[in-house]
Amino acid sequence: MPAREEIFGTVRETLVDALGVDDDEVTPEATLVGDLGAESIDFLDIVFRLEKSFNIKIPRGELFPENLAAADSSFVQEGRITDSGLAELRARMPHADIDKLAEDPRVENIQDLFTVEMIVRFLESKLKG
Amino acid sequence: MAPGRRTDWKSVLRVSPMRWIWIDRFLEFASGSHARAVKNVTLAEDHLHDHFPGFPVMPGSLMVEGMAQTGGILLGEANQFRHIVILAKVPRVTFHGWVCPGDQIIYTARLLDVRDEGGSVECTAHVGERLVAEAEIVFVHLDQNDPQLGRIDQKNFVFNSGLMSVFDVGKAASAGPAPSAGP
Repeated sequence: MPAREEIFGTVRETLVDALGVDDDEVTPEATLVGDLGAESIDFLDIVFRLEKSFNIKIPRGELFPENLAAADSSFVQEGRITDSGLAELRARMPHADIDKLAEDPRVENIQDLFTVEMIVRFLESKLKG
Repeated sequence: MAPGRRTDWKSVLRVSPMRWIWIDRFLEFASGSHARAVKNVTLAEDHLHDHFPGFPVMPGSLMVEGMAQTGGILLGEANQFRHIVILAKVPRVTFHGWVCPGDQIIYTARLLDVRDEGGSVECTAHVGERLVAEAEIVFVHLDQNDPQLGRIDQKNFVFNSGLMSVFDVGKAASAGPAPSAGP
């Protein structure tokens, strides 16, 4: 299994190619949407590239789940993610930093779960398994 | 047109549906693998008189469209045309030279990925031996009953405006029987 640094390096290259950003913008804590300007279609492109670079299969929705907030009406109340919603996120995205989201669980903050670090963690567990 | 008045393109298109076909014929179609299509560039195409006056060259954007139509049909066919294929992203495109009236462009598309959500292709455009453009193109799939369908600009659909008739051109041009014209 490649070392964490190696995984990060490949993820960085992938994001530079997919999003047209500079190397130094791709830091572990950078958010894909907010900091690196990713749009929804870029997520599919990123998945394509990661599969190729790491020679793995990433099933639909495993790395970037879709419609997280809309899956169940009890997950969101008054624009904030409920405890059951957070529990669902923890189950579906074990690679994401849900604790940080729980500090300010507004729906619009969900997209900040998608960080460079999250992708690295996902790949680490995927390559281990 | 009065100043400030905007063209109602929807009504224009209703009256006169635009033909948006940027390949003339397939030369080769290897299902699930690759395809080659030809596009003959001619001064009979109106847009070349504006692009540019006195210096007609095939717009790069239309070469991307030709590559996307070649690759999009290749992807659609790989899924037996179950999905609507939409041009979603061009992560990389490079133009290497001019294409002028009288030139014949050969587009080659090779499938890189085929998934439920979409797919991607890498494409080249050659005039003779000369590489004039190359690109990577990402498509997404939509289904007829998708609630988002109505919100998407139909120009991004790969199989619209009779584009699939390029298959018939190939059949008609070969020694095989011409496609039936219908009643």
